[in-house]
Amino acid sequence: MRPLLDVQNLTIELTTRDGVAPVIDDLSFSLNAGETLSFVGESGCGKSMTALALMGLLPANIGRIASGHILFEGEDLVQASDAQLRKIRGNDISMIFQEPMTSLNPVLTIGEQIAEVLRAHQGLSRKAAWNQTIALLDAVRIPNPKGRAGDYPFQMSGGQRQRAMIAMALACAPKILIADEPTTALDVTVQAQIFDLLGDLRKQTGAAIILITHDMGAVAEMAERMIVMYAGRKAELGPVDQIIDHPRHPYTKGLIECVPHIQSEMSTARHDLVEVPGIVPSLREFGKDQCLFASRCRYLSEACLASRPKPQEFANAQSADCWHARDL
Amino acid sequence: MGILRIVLIRVLYAAALLLAVLVLNFSLMHLAPGDVADTISQSMGGADQEILDEIRVSYGLDQPFIIQLGKYIANVAQFDLGYSFFYNQPVSRLILERLPATLLLVITAQIAALIIGVVLGVISARKPKGISNYLVTFLALFGYSAPVFWTGILLLITFSLNVHWFPVAGMRDVTIEGGFWTHFVDVARHLVLPAVTLGSIFLALYSRLSRASMMEVLGSDYIRTAKAKGLSDHQVVYKHALKNALSPVITLAGLQFSAVLSGAVLVETVFSWPGLGTLAFQSIIARDTPTILGILFFSALVVIVGNLLTDLALRLVDPRVGGRE
Repeated sequence: MRPLLDVQNLTIELTTRDGVAPVIDDLSFSLNAGETLSFVGESGCGKSMTALALMGLLPANIGRIASGHILFEGEDLVQASDAQLRKIRGNDISMIFQEPMTSLNPVLTIGEQIAEVLRAHQGLSRKAAWNQTIALLDAVRIPNPKGRAGDYPFQMSGGQRQRAMIAMALACAPKILIADEPTTALDVTVQAQIFDLLGDLRKQTGAAIILITHDMGAVAEMAERMIVMYAGRKAELGPVDQIIDHPRHPYTKGLIECVPHIQSEMSTARHDLVEVPGIVPSLREFGKDQCLFASRCRYLSEACLASRPKPQEFANAQSADCWHARDL
Repeated sequence: MGILRIVLIRVLYAAALLLAVLVLNFSLMHLAPGDVADTISQSMGGADQEILDEIRVSYGLDQPFIIQLGKYIANVAQFDLGYSFFYNQPVSRLILERLPATLLLVITAQIAALIIGVVLGVISARKPKGISNYLVTFLALFGYSAPVFWTGILLLITFSLNVHWFPVAGMRDVTIEGGFWTHFVDVARHLVLPAVTLGSIFLALYSRLSRASMMEVLGSDYIRTAKAKGLSDHQVVYKHALKNALSPVITLAGLQFSAVLSGAVLVETVFSWPGLGTLAFQSIIARDTPTILGILFFSALVVIVGNLLTDLALRLVDPRVGGRE
């Protein structure tokens, strides 16, 4: 069966003061209908860039797709015209952004911002779109949806704004929902509610979700497969359970060890919290023919500096781009 | 907070402000050397001290400053702005006669400058590297740095003397006969050059500001959201971005109201436009204190009303202003 989304050898170049850097370097992955795929990695690893590329929203004049294909239901979005992309955006593929505070237009009502998507893609009348909007606000569990639809974003809490964002993204029942760190700006209890909501809505609508997050807990709970990104490259890809049980890339291993565990008995000895030493390399380092994680890696060998690691395949389509993957 | 209550509070503030303006203006005029007695004696071809004193007594100019001030304020409170010795008319009638012409000029210039300025700003913000951007920058620099009277005279020479497209001076042609529309067209033709001259400075300001404001807004998160929704470029720019970009422009337009009025003095003088500006100019030359004070009072009033309207307009554009709960 053909996957819903098939990204092949995608390379995105960003023009910076120091020259051109490949912020996404030869990335391939696929997404099946109804599946949840999670992107994990530190800031600056290219997760959000991938999402923006899928939407055709790379920052103009700065970022561009240098090579590769993004096949959505067989149609290559890299070659698609603006008009074609507009038809897909918000309709077949929609996105929830990181900052619910700044991602909603401050001078338009929540209801109008949702209703306009329905009018644009489904050709609904003003009245029909408004009624549908109220139903959507109800679906994302905003109390008194009829009254709140006329509210402006500044009259809502962070959690409510993110719910409104979700309602907006789901308005046209998209086939793919991209959630770019949907809970980073929210406090912990609200985070759990938003993930619950996303999980329920996925069951109801059957949308495939691309979840971009730092939150390993959320990945474990929400996603079937995950991609670990490092410095614009795929580090590891595979089923979530399998990767958490047995990571094959030192970076993945580090990320999993970073997650703190709550213990009920304070008296029992706690493990030291492990960190991944060092920082993500600067954009200038991107694109080098070596392992970019080498400077932070405890398994460093000569091979790592000699050439870019080839993906090593494991059972259940797990693969890790590391020369030492089989030893880990 | 209801809009009525806001207006009420603002009106109270305005009254206090007007009182301060009255006192300040009156004191300043009092400090300036020369009074109406000098002017009258001058027109009589000179007078001795006795006659001068007589004139001063008859106009109440011999009384102490504080009494003169008190009388003036009491009169203004009863909408009596005094009597112009020079024009032999009550000042309020004089001003009301001239006010419509000035308002016509000022409002036309402001609105035209705002609309054209915003349109130019938006166009150049959408294509920061296009030719229109350089054109707007040039126009803005030129409009802002060229003195109003110079622009006015240049336009006069070009469009009235050389090509005869527009009349040279005044507001209407008294020889014209006809119905409302004939006169409307006549006034409009007279209005073009003064309005363009006055508008040019503000056009420059508004186009620069709306360009900067628009560029900032176009880079914001909610514009990315609007694009991600699959809206057309037109909707993204004019529905999502413009309303946000307008707030600073409206604020500036409100602040510029006083500048527009003072600009009107120069423009009206250049084009002999029969408004408050020419009246102010003439009465300053004639040392016609009551008229000058009346005009200053009226200008303050117009500026205050202008600011109030700006506030209300901001509320319409941006729901966050004034904290609707």
